[in-house]
Parts: sequence; structure tokens; C-alpha cells
Amino acid sequence: MSNKPIIRIALTLFISILGMNLAWANEEETPGKYDPVGTVMNHISDANEFHIWKGVHIPLPCFLYAPGEPTKKWTFLSSGKFEHGHKAIDRYVINHGRVNRIADASFPMGEVHIEGVHGKEEMQLVKGKEKEVEVFYAHYQGKEYKLEKPSTLDGGMMGGGITSFYDFSITKNVFTMMLAALLLILIFSSVRNGYRKNEGKAPSGIQSFFEPFFVFIRDEVAKPNIGLKHYERFMPFILTLFFFILFCNLLGLMPFFPGGANVTGNLAVTFVLAVFAFVITNINGNRHYWQHIFWMPGIPAWVKTILTPVEVLGLVIKPFSLMIRLFANISAGHIIILSLIGLIFVFGENGTSFGGGVVGAIVGGAFTAFMNLIELLVAFLQAFVFSMLTASYIGAAVEDGHHDHHDEAHHAH
Amino acid sequence: MGAIGAGIAALGAGIGVGLIGSKAMDAIARQPEAVNDIRANMILTAALVEGAALFAIVVGLLAG
Repeated sequence: MSNKPIIRIALTLFISILGMNLAWANEEETPGKYDPVGTVMNHISDANEFHIWKGVHIPLPCFLYAPGEPTKKWTFLSSGKFEHGHKAIDRYVINHGRVNRIADASFPMGEVHIEGVHGKEEMQLVKGKEKEVEVFYAHYQGKEYKLEKPSTLDGGMMGGGITSFYDFSITKNVFTMMLAALLLILIFSSVRNGYRKNEGKAPSGIQSFFEPFFVFIRDEVAKPNIGLKHYERFMPFILTLFFFILFCNLLGLMPFFPGGANVTGNLAVTFVLAVFAFVITNINGNRHYWQHIFWMPGIPAWVKTILTPVEVLGLVIKPFSLMIRLFANISAGHIIILSLIGLIFVFGENGTSFGGGVVGAIVGGAFTAFMNLIELLVAFLQAFVFSMLTASYIGAAVEDGHHDHHDEAHHAH
Repeated sequence: MGAIGAGIAALGAGIGVGLIGSKAMDAIARQPEAVNDIRANMILTAALVEGAALFAIVVGLLAG
């Protein structure tokens, strides 16, 4: 009798996760062959609008800057104005949710109605190899105008790259980051009020939900890694890192509107977080820290000539690995979930085989529910690992000279 | 080629994480009172090993 509500809750959760993911996957607009890789890559990359359902989008503001344009460098508009690829504004069009620019300068500026945007498989030379690449064209008055790639600063790892324009828009990822920041401010001002009100008393309300996190970060992350003497200084940074990454991860796992953005699976976002870790570690580095990097004491000089370059490289590799770890973990999770959902369309042969679709929905849905639960664990784990490693790098930078690290960690418990 | 490389990397990381888990279990069996310290260090080391595999996966993605 007692376990019945639990089963009911679990079933409800399972069915709702299944349903939401079906809704999530049901976005394929273009008829014809189902392209699993393209769909997955499209879903994990950033977008200039929120795609809710087949034709339903939530537009987001676009701030576009084209340095090469002589008259109109800046274009401000809402992404809804592009009418989902049926309108070009100042040579910008929207293609699969991303703002692209028409490469041909003879295309008229201002608002222009176009017939649509279509992709074509073309053979292109990529890194010295012939490769099939999808190139997009805007159709206007019977002619085809080639589109540039979307503008991203991550070097084109997830599509895109440096183009003739810069996209400073509030994209899906930026919106979700702002939402996460807003949630953090709202929740933690209430927690702060709780600490003021209940000083010296037991925590209450939302404060009691978050207190275990604070205690955990302080006792398991900051104290053993940074040391009792310095840990308090870095607590705000470590806590901010932890909660920001955690909230972005959890928002990314939500398959419906305010979430669904792959924020911490974006290389630019994790790059900025890693830069913060790098700067804070190194500006707090003391004499011993720099001595151990540039001229490690107690070893022969010829070994030093090998060790010093390794240590200097290590300065950069540490935050670099933080960046890649978070990005790859979260992106991999999203790719796995989207691939499992893609099974529905692969088995269903994109709507032609109903039975295959049902089998795909059952198999893919069950595995997706399972993966979602694993990703819930990963969301916490990666937030913990990022803050833990940052704390240990800071700890190495502020550690006093002849201090036994293990001894200190032992005392903290 | 990228897929083969990613597969080999996953193999290495699997062995690594498996070793970490097995040693951590041994350690917990020896000293059950240290379970919290062991768990925290186990997760951290597993994350570091997994990081190497993820590097390989990113390289695999880039190599296509």
C-alpha cells in the first residue's frame, strides 16, 4: 500500500518525459528523408528563436553587426520578423533557427520577400579532402543566393564559424543563461533573507533545501582543497560556479520552453567559465606557486629545463580540460537523448511505417527516460567536478610553502 | 576513422573507470568509515579519466 504513490509518481514522470520528448522531436519540418545527424546537430547548437511546436516559435531579439557594410552596420530586430525563412532583412535570413547572411552583395538590403531557404548537398574541399557539405541557398525571383554559415566564435566546431557578420543577439543560450541568473538571484535573495531571519536557529523553507549544498561545498570542496586558511575568500566564487553550472544543466534537461538550450554544452560558455577559473587561480598565485612552475626547487637543473615548459603548459591545459570536460559531457548527453528520440523516425521510416514508429517510440522512449535520469546525475556531477577541480587549482595556487596538504585535509573533517 | 578512434578511447576510459571503481570498493571494504572521502576522490578521479576519453571524442568529431 505504501509504495503505490511512488509507483504512480514514477509512471507519471515516465509518461510525461516520454510525451515531452515526443513533442521535442516532432519538429522536423522538411519532408523527405530523415537526417539524424543534421537534426541532432541542429538541436544541440544555439538558435535565434525558441522552437516550440511545428509552426510555433518564440522570437528572440537579434543584434547583428556587419563590419563590411558601408551604410548600415547594425541591424536590430526580432527574429519573428524573418517569417521563418520567407523574408530577408538587410540580407539576413533565418535558416533552421539561426540567422545567416546572404553572401552575394548584389542582394537588395531592407525587407525583401523570398520564396524560401533550401539546402543542397555539394562536394567541397574541406581540409584537403573532398567532402559532401550541405550548402544553403535563398530563393529570390527565380535566382539562388548562397548563404554564409551562422556566426559563432567557437571556431565552427558545432557548425558556423567566423563570418562577415557578428551575431550579438539574445539567442536561446543567452536567454537561458539570463533566466538561470535571474533564478539564482531570486532564490538566493530569499535564502539570504532566511539566514537573516533565522540567525542562530534552524533553517526554514527554501533555505533548508539549499543549506546542504552550501555545507557540502564548504566541507567537501572548499575546505579540503583550498585549505582552512584561505577557503572563505573563494567560497563565493566556488558556490557561484557550482550553482550557475547546475542551474544551466538542469534547465538544459527540460525539453520544453524555458529550457531545452544546450548552454553548458556550448564551447563559448564553458570557455568563459574556464577563463574565470584561470584568472582567479593565477592572480591569487603566491610565490611558492610560481616558483614551483618556473624553477621547481630540489631537482637537478637539467630536469628543470624539461619540467618548466611542462608546468607552463599545464597552466593552460588545466582550464582547457575544464572547458572540454563540461562541454563534452553535457553535449554528449544531449546527443544521446536526441539520437534515441531519432530512433522513432529511423524505425518509422519518417512516418511511412506506423508499426516501426510505435516500436521506436517504445524503445527510444524507455531509453530516453533512462538517459534523462542519468543526465540528472551528470548535471549535478559535472557542476561538482567543475567546482571541485577549480577549488583544487586555487588550492595549489594559495597553498603555503612547506605545508602538508593531506594533513590539512584530514583536519577539515 | 573518427568513430574508431572514439571507440578505442572509450575502451581505455572504461578500463580506467573500472579500475577506479574496483579499487574504491576494495578501499571501502577495508575502511568503511572512510567511505565519504573515498567516494569524493573516486568521482574526481573518474572525471579526470573520463576527461581523456572526451578529449578523444572531440578529436573524433573534428576528424569526422
